[in-house]
Amino acid sequence: MSIAKSGWIEDKEAISRLRISTGKMRYILATDVGSTTTKARFFSRTTGEWRYVVSGEAPSTVEAPYEDVTMGVRNAVREVEELTGHQILNEEGTGIYVPFDDEKGVDLYCTTSSAGGGLQMTVAGNVSTMTAESANRAALGAGAIVMDVMATDDGRPDYAKINRLRSLRPDMFVLAGGTDGGTVKLVIEMAEVIKAAKPKPRFGRGYKMPLIFAGNKNARSDIKSFFSDEFDLTIVDNLRPTLDREVIEPTRRAVHELFMEHVMSHAPGYQRLAKWTDLDIMPTPAAEGLAMQLIAYINKANVLGVGLGGATTNVYSIYEERFVRSVSANLGMSYSICNVLKESSVENIKRWIPFELNDLELENRLYNKMIRPTTIPQTLEELIVEHAVAREALRLGLEHHKTIATRLKGVKVVDRDLADIQYEVEETYIKMINFHIIAGTGGLLSHAPRRAQPFMILTDAFQPEGVTKLFQDSVFMMPHLGVLSTVYKDAAWSVFDKDCLVRLGTVIAPVGSAREGESIMDVALEMPDGSNINMEMKFGEIKRIMLSEGEEAMVEVSPHKGFDIGPGPNKPLKTVITGGSVGVVIDTRGRPLTLPDESQERQKKIFEWINSISLYPEDQMTRLMEK
Amino acid sequence: MSQQREKLSKEAHAYTPGLKIKELMTVRKVRILPIPGDVLVEKGDAVDFDTIVARTMVPGDPHIVEASNFLGLQPDELPKYMVKKTGDVIEKDEIMAQYIAFWGLLKRFVKSPINGMIENVSSLSGRITIREHPTPIEIKAYIPGEIVEIIPNEGAVIEVNATFLQGIFGIGGERHGKLTFVVDSPQEAITEQMITSEHKGKIIVGGSFITLEALKRAIENGITGIVIGGINAADLNDFLGYKIGVAITGEEEIGTSLIVTEGFGKMRMSQRTFEYLRAYDGKEVAINGATQIRAGVMRPEVIIPHEDRRKETSKTIELVGGMRHGTPIRIIREPYFGRFGTVVSLPIELQKAETESLVRVVEVELEDGGRVMVPRANVEIIEE
Repeated sequence: MSIAKSGWIEDKEAISRLRISTGKMRYILATDVGSTTTKARFFSRTTGEWRYVVSGEAPSTVEAPYEDVTMGVRNAVREVEELTGHQILNEEGTGIYVPFDDEKGVDLYCTTSSAGGGLQMTVAGNVSTMTAESANRAALGAGAIVMDVMATDDGRPDYAKINRLRSLRPDMFVLAGGTDGGTVKLVIEMAEVIKAAKPKPRFGRGYKMPLIFAGNKNARSDIKSFFSDEFDLTIVDNLRPTLDREVIEPTRRAVHELFMEHVMSHAPGYQRLAKWTDLDIMPTPAAEGLAMQLIAYINKANVLGVGLGGATTNVYSIYEERFVRSVSANLGMSYSICNVLKESSVENIKRWIPFELNDLELENRLYNKMIRPTTIPQTLEELIVEHAVAREALRLGLEHHKTIATRLKGVKVVDRDLADIQYEVEETYIKMINFHIIAGTGGLLSHAPRRAQPFMILTDAFQPEGVTKLFQDSVFMMPHLGVLSTVYKDAAWSVFDKDCLVRLGTVIAPVGSAREGESIMDVALEMPDGSNINMEMKFGEIKRIMLSEGEEAMVEVSPHKGFDIGPGPNKPLKTVITGGSVGVVIDTRGRPLTLPDESQERQKKIFEWINSISLYPEDQMTRLMEK
Repeated sequence: MSQQREKLSKEAHAYTPGLKIKELMTVRKVRILPIPGDVLVEKGDAVDFDTIVARTMVPGDPHIVEASNFLGLQPDELPKYMVKKTGDVIEKDEIMAQYIAFWGLLKRFVKSPINGMIENVSSLSGRITIREHPTPIEIKAYIPGEIVEIIPNEGAVIEVNATFLQGIFGIGGERHGKLTFVVDSPQEAITEQMITSEHKGKIIVGGSFITLEALKRAIENGITGIVIGGINAADLNDFLGYKIGVAITGEEEIGTSLIVTEGFGKMRMSQRTFEYLRAYDGKEVAINGATQIRAGVMRPEVIIPHEDRRKETSKTIELVGGMRHGTPIRIIREPYFGRFGTVVSLPIELQKAETESLVRVVEVELEDGGRVMVPRANVEIIEE
């Protein structure tokens, strides 16, 4: 699914299968089956608009001893029933009443799933930075965790690739390679490697491994004779028909169909759940990606989104209507917290902490969180440490995203042989100055005691430039709304707008660097009550101005000393900004943000910034610093 | 009203799964092959730790040889020049394909790099795939007991009555050996000097901590396993030679298995764990350090098998239902991390923590008599 210039692309085939037209719907139920928790969200149309009503949650039952995912769904839905008095499950508990009959039931039931590790794939292509990269983007966009990206030129000898393939148990493969009409030799060589490895699918012992071929159309007959016996082969249009074109949609659609057919049908209880739902079960990250695209579509803006979870970090970008997702499968705030430590470093985590902390102690704390992932910070010190780790997880997640969100250009074919192909890939097109909305989701961000905390975690990690709005979700329901948007965009957005998206506020951050304390920018605000605020901003400070959600203010920003707020160095910008639960934060700490090297000086600076925007309770913060 | 609330708060349930520390339970282990094979035991058989339960042959590694390139041929010409065909068994350095021209003046040979079988000759890529001979793999019983079920072509289920202790984190796989104590109390740490050559092949039990030097000494002395309260994360990473990023372990080839019962840092071993282990000092036990925290949670374990067939007592299962007044718990997060106590009450109302978060709490009476409030998420039940 992607945004088309003509409008939001809805799933017409799914709409045609609905049991009642969307205009007549009154109640909708959506669930997300996670690895640990199944989350039900209940929506209703009251006084003409769609609103979120209530949530029900229950442990997921995908694993032994239950091994029937519908039990967890039933328990979560039963909680919704208890809280609302509205009957949704049939008397036998074997399904959902659809449609609503004026007394019981809902008009639409849909679900997403990430249970059992989600959708796990391996992709391969000829050239790392071309067809293999496109195959990777297609798999990621479909909501997969990509276990490995293989290419003829990835530097690994065949035996190393084979050994790796034998150790992986993906749900499916995507094999790309070659432009249409080009040589078939390279893609056949990769096919031989895959066939020799005899990879086993994760689910369904004795079943054939699903394999999607999305490469050179001239290789199709060879590929068919090569794979038909031992693999479940699906052939789709080449995802790189020419070197300067990437056509991902057919591959994404095939992934989705195979996900239903092979992965979900072998997961315990999913066949039954598939009969309950009105829409195909969608991988949770794919649905979350749709929600991010909906934000971009409605706001007509480039959006950078992030889902910071316990095990993984998903980053989504929608830039000039191009949607790209990256998943950092081992960056997270609980199960994977030590991987953040490993990928970042003790020093990088400590640089966000305003007090001294022993390295050994910090490491032990994070390892204890890893082995007891459901614990929560009880002390302010613990909370600040987790927030520091979150900044690093997000920073690393964005770095990873930039390696996926790249634009192809300047491809020049000299000869149809690998050694002679000359190509170059432009650096990432992710430039923060071009993104005017950042949206965050995930337990740590949503459960932060003060809204200023996710605001600053996102700001420090992503370092927005220019004028940027920050959003986050209030209750976890982006995947629910994402899948709903495929058939009923208006209902999805109505709930999104009124009950899901929290407008944190706007950050104004010029690009540039100067000496500490040097005057770099004048800011003039016309507030909604008619008052004016004029400020001279110095380098190295942050200021917060209260501007509530729904309120707007006119701002004129006049940078100097070479600073750029968007239109160019030293050029002023006059624009309307919107408020939020945090308000407006003017951040003249510089871009890129550099922190003092000396630890005491850095801690002092971090403490000063914390206080300037009331990030944490002042009394406790002071006591902590004294300690 | 307040009395009723007080009663409610003492009876309220909260399910916080904890580690199993069971004096007696029936342990069932499903022992299956990774791919189908032969099951070597029958239902009712008695097995020991090392009894082989099932066996199969795993296909060998494939090797790919760039044959047509080497012979100077087009890929589709290769089949004509093959000396061996698909399915032929071949020895290392045996000729698979040859190109002879100019009345024998030009000779090129492609030899097999391994002993194996020719699996594929590709006329599309000009490459030959040779697969090594299959290798046998066997699954051992791991615990002594009785075969209670056969899974055809896959393996068997073994049952034994045992004392069963779960740790919180471990490394290294399945092993067995005699339990040996090297400390006198659960708060004592294992140091380098405590480990001698007499401990070779044994599973040593310590108290609160093991130093990096002691770990290294354990390896030098051929120690089979270590059961300990705590360890520094930095020492563990130093010992392994790499940093652990996610808790999926069990495959480490370090010559020993380590079971950490409480957590990272210096952590006094739970009195119950320590006492249960001490009661079986000198007994042959099975251990497994394999840990997986995400989906399909797997914790490291110590299994002390019993010869008798006593059934689990009702006491061993009554606490599984949840947390209530009197439930023994341990606190698993700062500021009281590692402290043990019992549940006094489970207040219904959300309470504001120091972080300003509103959380569901539990009131705990610590072992020293002091009472503290902690988030329910930060305690775990000690299942007895």
